[in-house]
Amino acid sequence: MTADTVISCKNVWKIFGPDPEKYLRSMPADHSFDDIRADGYIAGVKDVSIDVSRGEMLVIMGLSGSGKSTLVRCFSRLHDITGGSIVVEGQDIMSLSEKELIELRRNKMGMVFQSFGLLPHRTVLENVAFPLEMRGQDKHTRRERALEVVKLVGLEGREEYFPRELSGGQQQRVGIARSLAIEPDIWFLDEPFSALDPLIRREMQDEFLRLQGLLGKTIVFITHDFDEALRLADRIAIMKDGAVEQCDTPDQIVLNPATEYVRKFTEEIDKARVVHAGVLAQANASGEGEPVDAKASVQDLARLLVHDTRAVIPVATGGRVIGGMDRAAALDILLEAS
Amino acid sequence: MADVANTLKDTAPAIGHWTRGKLALVLVGLAIALTILHHLGLLQDVLFRIPEAMVPPFALWLDAVFNFIKDDLGLLVFTRTLTEGLEWLLDVTANLMFGKRRWPFLGPIPWTAVAAVAAVIGYYLGGWRMAALGAGTFIWTALIGQWKIAMETMSVLMVAAPLAFFIGLGLGILAWKYAVVNRAIKPILSVLQTLPFFTYLLPAVIFFKVGPTAGAVATTIYAIPPMILMTTLGLQKVPSEVVEAGNMSGCTKWQLLRHVYLPSARTEILVGVNQVIMLCLAMVVLTAFIGMPGLGAKLLAMMGSFKLGRSFEIGVTIVLLAVTLDRMSKAWVVKQPEHFERDTPWWRKHITLLTGLAVFVFFCITSQFVDVFAEIGRKQNFSQGKEIDTLIKQFLALDPVQNTTGAIRYVLNVWILNPFRDFLLSIPTPAFILFVVAFALALGGKRPAIYGAIFFSLVALSGWWDRSVITLYSVISAVTLALLIGVPLGIAAARSERWSQRVLLACDTAQTFPSFIYLIPAIMLFGITATSVVMSILIFAMVPLTRYTIEGLRTVPPEMTEAADMAGATRMQKLWKVQLPLALPTMAVGFNQAIMFAFFMVIIAAFIGTQDLGQELQRTLAGTDLGKNFVLGICVSLMALTFDLTIMKWAADQKKALGLPE
Repeated sequence: MTADTVISCKNVWKIFGPDPEKYLRSMPADHSFDDIRADGYIAGVKDVSIDVSRGEMLVIMGLSGSGKSTLVRCFSRLHDITGGSIVVEGQDIMSLSEKELIELRRNKMGMVFQSFGLLPHRTVLENVAFPLEMRGQDKHTRRERALEVVKLVGLEGREEYFPRELSGGQQQRVGIARSLAIEPDIWFLDEPFSALDPLIRREMQDEFLRLQGLLGKTIVFITHDFDEALRLADRIAIMKDGAVEQCDTPDQIVLNPATEYVRKFTEEIDKARVVHAGVLAQANASGEGEPVDAKASVQDLARLLVHDTRAVIPVATGGRVIGGMDRAAALDILLEAS
Repeated sequence: MADVANTLKDTAPAIGHWTRGKLALVLVGLAIALTILHHLGLLQDVLFRIPEAMVPPFALWLDAVFNFIKDDLGLLVFTRTLTEGLEWLLDVTANLMFGKRRWPFLGPIPWTAVAAVAAVIGYYLGGWRMAALGAGTFIWTALIGQWKIAMETMSVLMVAAPLAFFIGLGLGILAWKYAVVNRAIKPILSVLQTLPFFTYLLPAVIFFKVGPTAGAVATTIYAIPPMILMTTLGLQKVPSEVVEAGNMSGCTKWQLLRHVYLPSARTEILVGVNQVIMLCLAMVVLTAFIGMPGLGAKLLAMMGSFKLGRSFEIGVTIVLLAVTLDRMSKAWVVKQPEHFERDTPWWRKHITLLTGLAVFVFFCITSQFVDVFAEIGRKQNFSQGKEIDTLIKQFLALDPVQNTTGAIRYVLNVWILNPFRDFLLSIPTPAFILFVVAFALALGGKRPAIYGAIFFSLVALSGWWDRSVITLYSVISAVTLALLIGVPLGIAAARSERWSQRVLLACDTAQTFPSFIYLIPAIMLFGITATSVVMSILIFAMVPLTRYTIEGLRTVPPEMTEAADMAGATRMQKLWKVQLPLALPTMAVGFNQAIMFAFFMVIIAAFIGTQDLGQELQRTLAGTDLGKNFVLGICVSLMALTFDLTIMKWAADQKKALGLPE
């Protein structure tokens, strides 16, 4: 684990059932999810090791029941894990006392929930100020800060409304504002846009990217929507039956799926939009002529790829050439011929 | 008993329950054989009734236990200390409401001020109509000349209801938090809810001095159970994400409870408040039996001397109070906070509070100068007690009326009730228990059957078997009659949306009336006779039957009735083949409630004069016979619990089998 690792989890298990600790100790190592279920236990999280670095956006993705929400709740110790270790900002969170845990949540963590989790009896402003109130900030400063965050998420003028008077999108903005009020270093988002209709979802994703551009937080984002994952993620972890099938950049997941499950998942995806020139660049080849930007997707380069005649096209970041891209390979991706 | 068991058994699911049904049939056969043997004179007396000599002296043992707790463990000293604090509280409200000469020597609050404040609260909660209801109730009470007795009742209610609320809330939180407490509290609650109220009264008197204190204690204890249940339910229903949001906001345990759980459970807690208030009102009226002054005592006295006019007026007052309190507290449940635009001046935000204060002060001052505003004197009130009395008695003396009531009374008594009672009494005790067990087995399965066997055996051992059977006879006959009237009424009403709403509203309103009220029409029509007893229970028990019939039928999923329509079912076929089977579990809940209500009412009806457990119970109130009081109360409770366990189990099984929501 490097200095810039914010969350580091090693062999984390979360098992639900009558006596999970004892069961985990006595369980054979190669027990599958179904074997465990046959014993009357549910493996919510199954032997997961994952690191999240500072400023990174990790998207955890999977179908419902795959354990993604459980995993994120282990990170914040809303669930106590059954086995393994989770280290957050250098502290093993399972060894924290209740007081230390509360301190950690009050100062370092923010979380957004799928169905918002707003307190129905409090106004927008009071909801947003709630974490500040809990840590005992005085009325005036917490009001100042809450107003600031409410403005940041674009809910100005709605401060005195009650949650039920707002639309779904607006309610989630309140949820986001609340999670940001304490200026957390780590931001957990549990399917924040799943309960919203598609148009609003798109708008909220843009809003979210804008906020992230402004704030640059370490983010663990959960979704069951692959498109959303591809749009937002630095890295994607794909989960199935409590275990992480593959954790990698979107390009790698699309290009080199680690398992059959991941491959099926990515089959329908328009790879040209996901894969970037930088990934296709090979350091030992350089090519000649005008370079393309490493951040451009194959889709962005479609016209050039078709009209250009070079076999190898140079790829550059910030004006420096990092390698050459095989045009035929890029065209294959564009034409979905693998 | 037997016929109910038989009719109900037919509705039990036949498939998959063959062995259960068969066993029940064998038990019934055995019971019939025993009964026939007895009628032939072949049965030994020991098998007919448990001989006196074999009855364990439960009452004496209980008395010994009570005395030990009371004197040796010093509970009496403790409760007498509590009494002082409670008395102080009651004196304060008594002074404020009707001017009892105690600290703080401020009262009585003029009736105009109370009515005006009620109007303001009503307006805040439910607009002009609620305001009119609130003000109207208190104006009527004052004008009819019942202000003082009504306020005597209210002053106890004002202490008992908040006490019950806080104790219930506290216990509810504990039960939700600790599974141990929950497990311990559950059976106690079910017993408490079936225990006849006379059993609450006597310990209250013994431990907490006669008068308002005992009344307040009995009322409080009586109102606690639903508050506990609603609190636990509400806390369990708080969405997990809201709780997690609280946790992630860094709440400590206490903050989580105070700021997240309790506010989120607001609806259920307020429903609990509504139930607390209504149960308090029902009970506080009944505390008349231990000499608590107020509306109940006056009503009791008036009914006892057959002054129907005054009884009627007091009845109206009680009903108005009940409806007002119920509607207002229910309006509070659905009242959601409204936001104010920014920069609203503070007086606009608190307009209700300010208006309330203003009218209160205004009427307090005015009444200093205008006497009528402070108090309506004896000669000034508009009571028409005598006139109504004459009117009602003239109406009852009309030939057609007298013929009708006379005929009903004759038919019921001579042809139905008395033979039925004599038949039940002629069944040997073991045979009776066998019938009960067969009924419980057929409907509820093994567990209820075992409980039924134990419970009824205990009743037999208590030495009060005959009185218990008479109690049961009143309950069964009244509920059967209520079924015959209430269910068809419900079916008819459920046919149209409009009528459903109307009848449901009537049922809801009727259910808020303190049970005592139901005696008035029964006594009016049938005088002080056994028929009145059955009639008052009948009216009381009909309410839940009708109500749940309508609810059951109305909640049948529309696609099922549509499917029946498309299959070409006639209305009758649809009713019998689709709607009733699906509504039956819900109707069973209503049936169960009707039985519980009937057990409650039959005890009150002891006031009219019965030969059942209620009569004995009422007699114990005069003395300090705590042991006997408890034995009698437990007998009622055990019988009621047997039905409760069996029917609720059946309803739950059926719902599960049909895939209906709980």
